[in-house]
Amino acid sequence: MPDLGVDLGPVWLTLKLAGLVALMLVALATPLAWWLAHTRARVRPVIEAITALPLVLPPTVLGFYILVLFAPDTPLGGFWVRATGSTLTFSFTGLVLASMLYSLPFAVQPLQAAFEAVGRAPLEAAATLGAGPRDAFLSVAAPMALRGYLTALVLSFAHTVGEFGVVLMVGGNIPGKTRVLSIAIYEHVETLDYAGAQTLSAGLLVFSFAVLLMVYTLNRRAPGRALR
Amino acid sequence: MSLSFDIALSFPEFALKVAAELPTRGLTVLFGPSGSGKSSLLRVLAGLERGATGRVAFGAETWQDGRRFLPPHRRGVGYVFQDARLFPHLDVAGNLDYAARRARRRGAQPDLAGVSAALGLGPLMARAVPQLSGGQRQRVAIARALLSCPRVLLMDEPLSSLDAPARAEILPHIEALRDAAGVPILYVTHSAAELARLADRVMILQGGRVRREGPVAEVLSDPDAIPALGVREAGAVLPATLSSHTDDGLSVLSISGGELVLPRVDARPGARLRVRIHAHEVIVARTRPEALSALNILPVTVTQLRLGEGPGAAVQLRLGEDLILARITRRSAQALDLAPGVECYAILKSVAVAQGDVGGFGGE
Repeated sequence: MPDLGVDLGPVWLTLKLAGLVALMLVALATPLAWWLAHTRARVRPVIEAITALPLVLPPTVLGFYILVLFAPDTPLGGFWVRATGSTLTFSFTGLVLASMLYSLPFAVQPLQAAFEAVGRAPLEAAATLGAGPRDAFLSVAAPMALRGYLTALVLSFAHTVGEFGVVLMVGGNIPGKTRVLSIAIYEHVETLDYAGAQTLSAGLLVFSFAVLLMVYTLNRRAPGRALR
Repeated sequence: MSLSFDIALSFPEFALKVAAELPTRGLTVLFGPSGSGKSSLLRVLAGLERGATGRVAFGAETWQDGRRFLPPHRRGVGYVFQDARLFPHLDVAGNLDYAARRARRRGAQPDLAGVSAALGLGPLMARAVPQLSGGQRQRVAIARALLSCPRVLLMDEPLSSLDAPARAEILPHIEALRDAAGVPILYVTHSAAELARLADRVMILQGGRVRREGPVAEVLSDPDAIPALGVREAGAVLPATLSSHTDDGLSVLSISGGELVLPRVDARPGARLRVRIHAHEVIVARTRPEALSALNILPVTVTQLRLGEGPGAAVQLRLGEDLILARITRRSAQALDLAPGVECYAILKSVAVAQGDVGGFGGE
């Protein structure tokens, strides 16, 4: 590893955070996206709006509410302190949970679009061929929605890499625990270390471009576009 | 064994309410104009319409009543959709295997080699779904449904999205399926030609209700069924046996009421065929006409006369043991003094022929 003159710890921490968040989020977003794609319930637009909130809210607002939610005197925060002996705020676990909320629409929306593109027809065909709902999901819906899954993984990973406001509010700036890439860049600028900021920023710029290029290339090949 | 049901299903602009008991053998056509509810009925029977109320039972097994609802994957129905619905992420072999594997899990023994040979799928096995023509897609869909070893095969307008050559490619396969008598078939169509060619029994639906139900020969020779079938399409089907081919390129078919001479029919002597005689292709004469170019002039007896709303009239004629329909004008009916019991002659302008037997009167 060449010496770039900067501490690469935040890079690895960021990759670990984003990887974990992307995997867990795609798994957890699947049932929600499935429900949104298939339900005829009247509350659907309400749930869709709530899911999309992180897209429009300033990260500081989101971060503030997460901070309130995670505080040791709330049921969730209190439970966490009793169970683990440490607080959710200013911890890596807290950062994972906060990032999952923050990146939620980036997993749910491509999956929902993909499931809607698959539609009911192939699932009905699978059912008449003897496949139960779980079987039909795994053998027909999921493979047909594969590009939606790839898009959801890539986008939620990339969006988590790029987050700043929420991390600052919830995680702070603790080296090795919560000091991720974007915070580290901020730190370099604050301390007038422009060279370090430059190295990390350029890396992030190239990375982001590569990710988006990948998503749009995938979408061009996909019959039903996965990114809306 | 029978498939019996008494179901209701409401849509915003239309309500389906149908009760019937269908024998689980042969091919029953659900016939009616689009929007008459025939496809919805098929979906209800398959368990694809959760909103349907009422009762569906297959033999002694209840598929649904007020309390229970057996989901589609447990009903053992094969379904051939109008749009084939092959899985695009699998090739042809993968689609067939999808059905066969799940059938084996239930302890059935799908005949993969036999079914794919019968439908001529050998050369298509490694093809991707988007590379298939419409007719090929539908053949794969039929094979896939058969490989799930269904107890009933439901076919929802399997030919309506195909062009004429593709329909001609599939029809013999469906006839063969019907005549193999392995699986009872419920077949939805709005085409009177398919009805005449394929049905053993027919159930005519209109506006979500059953208008008429019975063996095809009986229903198609009933003057009262003409409005439901459409005037242009009305006409009887009757069983025939090919007796011989002549040297001048014709074929002789024997029917219960005599012989029919037709342009060469592509079948062996002894083959059992069904002939369809359109009501508007029949001319009625009181005396045997002389010096007429028509080849088929047969003695018949009037059994029923039905005067329509307009200038038309439908005459039911007994031809041997079979019944045929003639569509004439009210004026001719009066001029000829036609009434039940009157003996006359039927001049057949043309006759359509198809493979296979006809579901007879009384159905058995």
